[in-house]
Amino acid sequence: MQSLDQIFVTGKQWLLAFLPEALQPVGSILLVIAAIFGVFATLFAVTTILERKILGRIQNRFGPNRVGPFGFFQPAADGIKMLTKEDIVPRDADKIIHFLAPLALIIPVALALSVLPYGRNMVPVEFDAGLLFFFAVGASTELSVFMAGWSSRNKYSLVGAMRGIAQMISYEVPLVLSTVTVIMIVGSLSLVKIVEAQSGFLFGFLPSWHVFTPWGFAGFFLFMIAATAESNRSPFDLPEAESEIIAGYLTEYSGFKYALFFMGEYWGMFAISGLSVTLFLGGWNAPFPFLQFIPSYIWFFTKLVLIIFTFIWLRGTVPRLRLDQLMSFAWKFLLPLALTNIVVAAIWFFSRALQFPGALGLRWIFCAAILAVSYVWLGRGVAQAQRAKRVYQYAE
Amino acid sequence: MAIETTFQPKATLGRTAPGNYTLLPKTPAGAIGGIDGTVLEVAMGPHHPSTHGVFRMDVSLDGETVVKLKPVFGYLHRNHEKIAENTTYLGSVPYTDRLDYLCSMTNNWAYALSVERLAGLQVPERAEYIRVITAELTRLVNHCSLIGFLMQDMGAMGTPLMYAFREREKILDLFESLSGSRMMCNYMRFGGCRCELPSGWIEQAKKVVTSFPEFLDHFEALLSENEILLARTQGVGVLSKELAINASITGPMLRASGVNYDIRKVDKYGIYDRFSFRVPLGEHGDVFDRYMMRVLEMRESLKLLEQALAQIPSGPIIDPKAKLRGFRQKPGEAYARIEGPKGELGFYLISDGSPNPYRYRVRPPSLINLTILEDMCLGQTIADAVIILGSVDIVLGEVDR
Repeated sequence: MQSLDQIFVTGKQWLLAFLPEALQPVGSILLVIAAIFGVFATLFAVTTILERKILGRIQNRFGPNRVGPFGFFQPAADGIKMLTKEDIVPRDADKIIHFLAPLALIIPVALALSVLPYGRNMVPVEFDAGLLFFFAVGASTELSVFMAGWSSRNKYSLVGAMRGIAQMISYEVPLVLSTVTVIMIVGSLSLVKIVEAQSGFLFGFLPSWHVFTPWGFAGFFLFMIAATAESNRSPFDLPEAESEIIAGYLTEYSGFKYALFFMGEYWGMFAISGLSVTLFLGGWNAPFPFLQFIPSYIWFFTKLVLIIFTFIWLRGTVPRLRLDQLMSFAWKFLLPLALTNIVVAAIWFFSRALQFPGALGLRWIFCAAILAVSYVWLGRGVAQAQRAKRVYQYAE
Repeated sequence: MAIETTFQPKATLGRTAPGNYTLLPKTPAGAIGGIDGTVLEVAMGPHHPSTHGVFRMDVSLDGETVVKLKPVFGYLHRNHEKIAENTTYLGSVPYTDRLDYLCSMTNNWAYALSVERLAGLQVPERAEYIRVITAELTRLVNHCSLIGFLMQDMGAMGTPLMYAFREREKILDLFESLSGSRMMCNYMRFGGCRCELPSGWIEQAKKVVTSFPEFLDHFEALLSENEILLARTQGVGVLSKELAINASITGPMLRASGVNYDIRKVDKYGIYDRFSFRVPLGEHGDVFDRYMMRVLEMRESLKLLEQALAQIPSGPIIDPKAKLRGFRQKPGEAYARIEGPKGELGFYLISDGSPNPYRYRVRPPSLINLTILEDMCLGQTIADAVIILGSVDIVLGEVDR
């Protein structure tokens, strides 16, 4: 089983052995780039068809089922269509920026994908400040939204970009703050170390993932909500709200540029889901000891696909928020809760010293109580739960 | 105002801008000049995904807030009234299907009722029952697809719409077996109905009616308690009672503002006085109330349908005196109105004794309910303007005629 787990690592070393010593670092980098692009382009194709199929199921229809068995070759047909479509640049667009915007999305996202640990010893670029690097390049995707919106010289694009910038900057704050708890507990910014900290099993059989602690649970949900907004997914898909502003900053894009944008958004979603798996769901660790024979990368991608499924499920279920509601949700609810969560994580960290029997249960109850109280208290302000249930009169 | 309604070529940067569209000036000259840092003028429509057809809203936006809104319609004008004046009375019936193409049955009924009033025809009892049944089924079709479209406007990715359409299909199947056409039914005639119910139709309709409440329960479980929906709709697009009455708003929109006015109760046309049903009334007049009005009205329609389907007698379905071909009426005028799913739908006819009506006028509820759009949208955001338009319930075929 060990060999199957490490098959990609040994495969890479075997390939590199053909190269002279001096060229091996370059070869290693090229192999990694090829692997990232190959794997995630495939995952993108699979996700588009799965999304349409699952949405079809949710909406009691079939989804695409004409191309290939069960419609599973639909992404190929879509790709060919996208490539052969006319690439329209509006007459008054800022042509250079209009061209650069999709690239400004896809490159940072690909860089962000390169620091995630996909399996045991399988991290493309391993360095100590992996998490910091992820957020640094992740935040620069906002630039592409602005470039696309401004250069298109279209009013809907402008409104969409305006919304996109406001939303992504606002949600960056709870996104980063929710990961601070993990850094505090693990004591490292290295994503590999964060995954290693979640290996091992509580009482010998329960997974010791961060999501199974009070602060980790709250952090995971804060992170996922902010991630939904960061990747412009429903119910936070305001920058490209179809029913309001056509397609937002994507309105004037067609053909291959549109396809690049589309792929960039999905890759962003994979990157941020992969980060949430790494930080909170134990990375490539198996959930139970007896399942450890399954290779680590399979665990990572299973968790990733489950999170993507949740995104799709959400998209098929809920309506969209309004911009002011979105903002107040970020600043009045997520941000204070994330700050509270940092305090809770600190309490959890320092109460490790308590060693008497039942200390773990006590820590659990105390931390969970703080979070529950602040959740209810903050939620009252945002959810307008005071809203009376309306009763309707009838006239005979 | 930068959006011109007439074609006025403008020289911008040495090129000619097309009418109806003002180019934003190039970036370097004064950062956000052209928007003047204040108001952004957007022509939403006629090809916009959520204007429910070819309808245009010229909106001025201050950031996201609507400061001015001008509804522009007429893109789907097809001379309905003039065509009807050059056609026989019978020949106009299929045209009425195309007014509000979601509810052809009620359109037929309103037209038939006004011709009957003009000619003094008596409608047999069985035909009256069939009319009530088909009209209430039409109300179900209209209201459930409206709620689906409203949720679509709110960004719910078509899931409620598809569920609504599943139920709508069942009712359209009934219409198809009854009239041969799913949407353009062309079923009612002055003096009665075109053809007898096919065998087993009543049982089929009863099946649809008994399964409908379950769908409504699911629908409400998905929507009515949804926190996002409540936040988006409550307090949005408020229409006061006084304004609603002054602007001659009718239908569920009027009742959402708390005015008890249902023509089924007021006029008691047809045989509506024989059934017991209630009229739900809103209180706040916002989008949520308008949504709830539709849900509650569907439940009341189901009660009506149960009673009508149980009581339907046998007998002729058309007045033997009604002479459909070559129908001619001595000079006179008549106005008849019904409570259509969207509001008061009326037809006004003047006869000069010839085979064609001298004057033929439709009172379309969609158009008149739409006139109040700006008052509801001012000060709301552009996202709200879209759902307010959705809650008005317009069909452009009827607005523009």
